[in-house]
Amino acid sequence: MNIPKNLKYAKTHEWVRVEGDIAVVGITDHAQHELTDVVYVETPAIDARIEAGKECAVVESVKAASDIYAPVSGDVVAVNEELSSAPELLNQDPYDKGWMFKVKMSDPGELNELLSPDDYAHHVGA
Amino acid sequence: MHSTETLKRTPLYAAHLECGAKMVSFGGWEMPVQYSGILEEHAAVRERVGLFDISHMGEFLVAGPNAEAALNEILTNDLRKIAVGQAQYTLLCNEHGGIIDDLIVYRIEPSLFLLIVNAANIEQDFAWMNARAPRPVVLDNLSDKMAALALQGPSAAQVLPEAAEIAHFGVLRLAVLGKRCWVARTGYTGEDGFEIVCDPSDAPTLWAGLMERGKTFGIKPCGLGARDTLRLEMCYPLHGNDITEETTPLEAGLGKFVSFDKKLFVGRDALEAQKESGVARKLVAFKMTGKSPPPRPHYPILADGRVVGEVTSGTQSPSLSIGIGMGYVKTGEARVGVPIEIEVRGRRFAAVIEKKPILKRGP
Repeated sequence: MNIPKNLKYAKTHEWVRVEGDIAVVGITDHAQHELTDVVYVETPAIDARIEAGKECAVVESVKAASDIYAPVSGDVVAVNEELSSAPELLNQDPYDKGWMFKVKMSDPGELNELLSPDDYAHHVGA
Repeated sequence: MHSTETLKRTPLYAAHLECGAKMVSFGGWEMPVQYSGILEEHAAVRERVGLFDISHMGEFLVAGPNAEAALNEILTNDLRKIAVGQAQYTLLCNEHGGIIDDLIVYRIEPSLFLLIVNAANIEQDFAWMNARAPRPVVLDNLSDKMAALALQGPSAAQVLPEAAEIAHFGVLRLAVLGKRCWVARTGYTGEDGFEIVCDPSDAPTLWAGLMERGKTFGIKPCGLGARDTLRLEMCYPLHGNDITEETTPLEAGLGKFVSFDKKLFVGRDALEAQKESGVARKLVAFKMTGKSPPPRPHYPILADGRVVGEVTSGTQSPSLSIGIGMGYVKTGEARVGVPIEIEVRGRRFAAVIEKKPILKRGP
């Protein structure tokens, strides 16, 4: 199970990479493994205001649709357009090419609520 | 998460874990939903060969001099059409013509029939048949005393050459890897293949032996996920989704499995009346016309902006890489080529009603 050391994690299996006041968000290796073959990704709209802990995107495998929860609050400033034609990037490269969206954080203090790599590893029993 | 303690396990449970299966609850059983991945397993069956555990399915034996007549009064199809060594798809209906279950009947001796029913319906089917059997017959529920495997795909007959002589929808008692089995040339995938009914104690030997033999053909163990995408591309109905006690064979497009030549069978009056008056809705197949989320059960179906029906089964077709599904639509709109929309989380996506099966084959 790949859990990069430079990221923060939500219990709901999203990762966050902090770049100044921007949070880059995706789903973890554990999540993509559990979801299996991803065939459709619905990212939030640009400029959408998202709220930590609330559903903000949907990832669909052949079997099921799964909600993705915002790990932090803020305004969506970018989404990964490539996912609409290549949703399998979430399986193949969840931490890099499979990033989902970028949020301009309204409360960077929320980052303290997220899990460290070690705590996330413990959370998923890795 | 609820406990899995109460779920039944097939004799192949250990084999599934060894193959890396992800297990789920299905019809009261703990079953493999996938091993390497649904897309990969689906492709193996369409292009080569796959092996499924279908031990969760129920098996009944019906025997005795009255067996044919008794079954003909309970089931919709006509067993007089099949000889020894042949199988028939048929329906178990209630008095209103609602579908209690769909099943395959194998005539294995002149007056001995093997019935294979859906896992979730075993108890209900058995109770219903016991109560309705119109004359003395032997009716035995062997579901816990039998296991079954499905070997499916264009290379299936090369993996099981001893069964290569069996005709489509034929059934034969055979020794496979030294184990006595019933082998039928039937399946739920649209590909050539076999369903093998065996003693539970022989199932692990058969599984391991067929996996070994299939290696050179690129065999893959396949789970319920691929079983669902394969059957849906062929528009084979799934009981509980596409057909239920609330729907009839005529609405589901299964009229050819209802034999009105028989004077008497449960549901006949209701079905005959419906045939005369015409059905109000029909089970149609559809294909999305562009990129969309995969259709799922209960999504609304619209035509000209009005809701005209509901999706009963849907998925992303691994063969076509586009969303496909089935659903009931008002008869007026239920024509091939009619443009429709599927509503997903409040957004509408264009689709078109397709001729069944959705996956077209051959020249």
